[in-house]
Amino acid sequence: MTVSPMMDSPRTAAANPPVQPVQGNMGQAAVVRSSAGGPVAAEPTALTPVAKLIDVSKCIGCKACQSACVEWNDTHPEIGANVGVYENPLDLTPDMYTLMRFAEYDNPDSGDFEWLIRKDGCMHCAEPGCLTACPAPGAIVQYSNGIVDFIQENCIGCGYCVSGCPFDIPRLGRADHKAYKCTLCSDRVAVGQGPACAKACPTKAITFGTKDDMTALAAERVEDLKSRGYDNAGIYDPEGVGGTHVMYVLHHADKPGIYNDLPENPQIAGVVENWKGPTKTFGLAAMGLAAVGSLVMGLMTRSDVEAEDEQRAADMVDRAADPAAPPEEQV
Amino acid sequence: MTNSWTDIKNTDLVIVMGGNAAEAHPCGFKWVTEAKHHRGAKLIVVDPRFTRTASVSDYYAPIRPGTDIVFLMALIRYMMENDKIQWDYVRNYTNASLIVKDEFGWKDGLFTGYDEEKRDYDKSSWDYVIGEDGYAEVDPTLENPRCVWQLLRAHVDAYTPEMVERVCGTPSDRFLKIAEMIGECSSPTKTMTSMYALGWTQHSKGAQNIRGMAMLQLILGNIGVRGGGMNALRGHSNIQGLTDIGLMSNLIPGYLNIPTEKEPSWESYMKSRAFKPLRPNQTSYWQNYPKFMVSFMKAMWGDAATKENDWAYNYLPKLDVPTYDVLRMFELMDQGRCNLYFCQGFNPLLAFPDRGKVTRSLSKLKLLVTMDPLETETARFWENHGEHNPVDSAAIQTEVIQLPSSCFAEDEGSLTNSGRWLQWHWPGAEPPGDAKLDTWIMAQIFLRVRDLYLKEGGVFPDPIVNLTWDYADPNDPTAEELAKEMNGRALEDVTDPADQAKVLAAKGKLVKNFTELRDDGSTSCGCWIYSGCWNEDGNNMARRDNSDPDETGAYANWSWSWPVNRRTLYNRASADLAGNPWDPERPLIWWTGEKWTGYDVPDIAPTAKPDEVGPFIMNQEGVSRLFTRGMMRDGPFPTHMEPFESPMANVFNAKMRGNPVARLFESDVAHLGDSTEFPFVATSYRLTEHFHYWTKHNVVNASLQPEFFVEISEELAAERGITRGGQVRVWSKRGEVWAKALVTKRIKPMICDGKTVHVVGIPLHWGFVGAARKGWGPNSLTPFVGDANIETPEYKAFLVNIEPAVGEAVS
Amino acid sequence: MNIDLSRRSFLKLAGAGVAATSLGAMGFGEAEAAELAHVRDFKLVATTEARNTCPYCSVACGVILYSRKDEQTGKNRIFHIEGDADHPTNRGTLCPKGAALRGFVNAETRLTQPMIRRAGGTAFEPISWDDALNKIARTMKDDRDANFMTLNEVGIPVNRWTTAGFLAASATTNETAWATYKVVRSMGIVGFDNQARV
Repeated sequence: MTVSPMMDSPRTAAANPPVQPVQGNMGQAAVVRSSAGGPVAAEPTALTPVAKLIDVSKCIGCKACQSACVEWNDTHPEIGANVGVYENPLDLTPDMYTLMRFAEYDNPDSGDFEWLIRKDGCMHCAEPGCLTACPAPGAIVQYSNGIVDFIQENCIGCGYCVSGCPFDIPRLGRADHKAYKCTLCSDRVAVGQGPACAKACPTKAITFGTKDDMTALAAERVEDLKSRGYDNAGIYDPEGVGGTHVMYVLHHADKPGIYNDLPENPQIAGVVENWKGPTKTFGLAAMGLAAVGSLVMGLMTRSDVEAEDEQRAADMVDRAADPAAPPEEQV
Repeated sequence: MTNSWTDIKNTDLVIVMGGNAAEAHPCGFKWVTEAKHHRGAKLIVVDPRFTRTASVSDYYAPIRPGTDIVFLMALIRYMMENDKIQWDYVRNYTNASLIVKDEFGWKDGLFTGYDEEKRDYDKSSWDYVIGEDGYAEVDPTLENPRCVWQLLRAHVDAYTPEMVERVCGTPSDRFLKIAEMIGECSSPTKTMTSMYALGWTQHSKGAQNIRGMAMLQLILGNIGVRGGGMNALRGHSNIQGLTDIGLMSNLIPGYLNIPTEKEPSWESYMKSRAFKPLRPNQTSYWQNYPKFMVSFMKAMWGDAATKENDWAYNYLPKLDVPTYDVLRMFELMDQGRCNLYFCQGFNPLLAFPDRGKVTRSLSKLKLLVTMDPLETETARFWENHGEHNPVDSAAIQTEVIQLPSSCFAEDEGSLTNSGRWLQWHWPGAEPPGDAKLDTWIMAQIFLRVRDLYLKEGGVFPDPIVNLTWDYADPNDPTAEELAKEMNGRALEDVTDPADQAKVLAAKGKLVKNFTELRDDGSTSCGCWIYSGCWNEDGNNMARRDNSDPDETGAYANWSWSWPVNRRTLYNRASADLAGNPWDPERPLIWWTGEKWTGYDVPDIAPTAKPDEVGPFIMNQEGVSRLFTRGMMRDGPFPTHMEPFESPMANVFNAKMRGNPVARLFESDVAHLGDSTEFPFVATSYRLTEHFHYWTKHNVVNASLQPEFFVEISEELAAERGITRGGQVRVWSKRGEVWAKALVTKRIKPMICDGKTVHVVGIPLHWGFVGAARKGWGPNSLTPFVGDANIETPEYKAFLVNIEPAVGEAVS
Repeated sequence: MNIDLSRRSFLKLAGAGVAATSLGAMGFGEAEAAELAHVRDFKLVATTEARNTCPYCSVACGVILYSRKDEQTGKNRIFHIEGDADHPTNRGTLCPKGAALRGFVNAETRLTQPMIRRAGGTAFEPISWDDALNKIARTMKDDRDANFMTLNEVGIPVNRWTTAGFLAASATTNETAWATYKVVRSMGIVGFDNQARV
């Protein structure tokens, strides 16, 4: 096994992957945050923050990103039906981590019609709501390069990550009850490669590199769009979640909502944000709940969870399990 | 393509009309987004639908399907009216100054010489006035009313912006904005590229659509230059190669022709192919025709082709009709005059128009042989699939043999892309099960037929038993052997004509390229334009040097392109009369004072003086043609013709239906519909999630676009009571389909001739085998009508009706 | 269990089938993750690469075929296909068709043996290569001998065979095309066409 020459984060997705064994640089040693008090590295490997930039103005909605994502991650999306729209499947699923969303927009200012196509998927927030909400220790981690990843072995399938996500991204598998979402191809990034979607994207609407480089590229693109009359072109890197490691270039950055409800000012849900102290214990509690009937239940004898927290937790569980807002795959 | 995919990055303006490049060629379209990003280029899309290409365009205009000629002629009119002409280019590099016969004219939508009975033109008046010196007469001032320029001016006069609005349904302000953007590219330092595909070819006048844009590009000086050109985006990975190698009814590899009955002898065949220059000093490269033809005959029949027997000319079939194209073959089949049919990687049951007729025709065959890596609907045309293929199997007597073949991942060889690059590929696996390489299959069929003739004798066995088949393993010719055979070799020492002592290619060696081919039988060459692909330097198609000096986009050492590794056709026209690049910022080739040099292989003799020899060396005139003489069946200029099924009459001649000389069989006339019964205009197309009828076998692509649908406007949906996602029935004079309704703002009703015209969009990727849901294709509905010049079926403009489907009968 | 979640919530969540099995392995009181953070093993390690081009449209994107030996068949099996970043046209990118090429190569509907459908039949039945090819050759010879036109009505040699036709593929190699051309033309078939128009 050779050691990867790319000890730091990759700068591009336009490279051919190695076929020789390489030592990846993303693992426990690079973890800076872990859900529910899961282990973090004492002195995490300092990887350069990365970002995926999605330039909506270059996107042709071809779904190459979806295709490449399925191929790389070996998921098995089902063959659905056409319900009169271009989205297929209709929503993100545990087998479709990314989805082109199509919006037909009559621009009231120009009088022109626009077809706004946005690649939806995990934004890899700097302040990830999913991680904050997750009650399972080590089920959601954040690496020093900014990637937020799910460790399925530790996932208890409670769906809190779905409620905690301001972008409504994670989906629970029906069969295994584990939460899934875009990993930013952490397995590729670890060996110096960019994500599969960014490599595949025919028009380079999706690019990948360091967050600094992507921010600079985004600025260049915004300038080009302004020169074409898109006065409100801009970068979507929302502060409410501390910025994101997936950013958009939008022609109408003043109206993110027209791009299939991209949140104007995403925030970590209040219930998650206000509840920081007892996270760890709550995580235990939730797991105990899940483990009811098993022998380990008896181990759960101590708790300093307050009644208020209990009620919040109950609400969240209710919400997570409510058929009206199911965290599971919606077909 | 005259240029290459990577050259598109050099453009200033892209017009996508007659195609949908972002959707059908996404990775080639990358070079459009690169040009936009790095050069500030603009993108114009003209299409009946607001496509995915339109979604990233700078300007979009709708157009009624089948009216492109009006739009294009109006653009030419605009350029002439507003002096948006690259004058030096037009005067020197086009036939604008040549004088046309007095008899030529146009009236009521028809050119001179029309014979209604024969549905054909007598084209004798469509030609130049030839002077006593044997050359075409010219007027360099372009003032003579009979010069091409003045005739063109008169011809386009009717095509006003108002006419565009009336016929095309394109608002005139949109048309004018586009005309203005295009007009900027008449500057020698600004270039437009045209990217088109089957949106222009699949009409009964498809070739004239393309002529229209080619003429506009010539007037703007955009042919031969970086970032310019006429760029046909071929639909399949090697349809360029299959066409180059002449796998068509009337072709011999390298765009030579199969003789007709009017050419019973070698002499008569060669007489009409003398290609004498029509202007002084001109190259008229086709004068080398005999060298390519004799070398081809030697490649086919070796020692059996001799000077004495006219190179075995007798072995070639002689045509009684211009072509035995697929429409004609299915017509013959339907008449019971074809017994045996082979489909190699081809699915005609979904690909050819009027599926009912296709099924009926296949049912009359004795034997159908299919060779394919995948299941096809054609191989199972006899199998009942309910409403998706409602046949009575027992009543169909056709025997079908289905042979499993390899796919790209399992064989070795070259494919020719749209930019004429021949790229070698290597296998990554073996064919599954007992599937075999296509080359093995063809060898087996041949050897077994040959053996029967050798054993039993039979009718005219000569061309079969004498066919060159000297492969190391005759049962299994290798790609290398076949490639070298196409490249050509010296059968005797080939010497330099200027110095007989100098041997260019020794006997037995591969020729360097087609300049070493001879017409005396001393060379063989399967496909002259591919000569140079695998010579004594090795397999040039396998070259993988991706360097690009000065980032011109040429990539001259990546693979190999025909002809002679030239990347941009007509590149001589990228330089002015003195040999200097029109645009100093984008040089391609230039004259050093002694010879041509530059980034590309010059498309002219290396020492041909720039002010003497014209840049269009393949043409007898040495210049390009705004007026095509008698080379096209339906006119030397494009003139507006309605589709055969149209919501309005031809504004020039209400009695004229479609293209008056298009491919139309008597038996199909009754199956044409009119707008009272079928009020809506339908058009067919690909979706980006699928490739033809292949990817429905792929579960990933099937998940990305699982089910057949049709697209209609919100207005039409409201008018017919159709809901989004609801089931609809669409029918034409020839058949019916059921689909989901995709109701969209991206299709808007147009007003043509005061009438509202609704468009129904019908994608083509579904059938009854594979992973995706069962469905239909547009060919259940389309008319059995073909283009006048190349017989392409009219898939892009026909009439249908639509209604909500009763119940949930399907899906 | 000290946390008092409502019974309703409890039932819903338990009913959702939350896995409890990992709990025991979790070192529970430590509130530590059972599994340390890790990324998926890089799946292309120790594979064979082959350079190829996409068989779909005419852009002809460079692709890399990644294969490993399939222990069952003893043949190489392609398990991943990705764009070739060295290719000047596509630079490693692929469209949704190209990115999913693996599914074409390994499709369930790939043909693996010759089949024949008899006149009036309702199903395909297997046939050996030898029998299939001999039958094809026999049919060709017989039809050609019966219907080949050597002279036209006015006695001019025309040497054409119009009762047989051949549709050539759109994605075979140039070398296959040349072999096909030779075979078809030598027999005098004029109903010869390709997929350029559709």
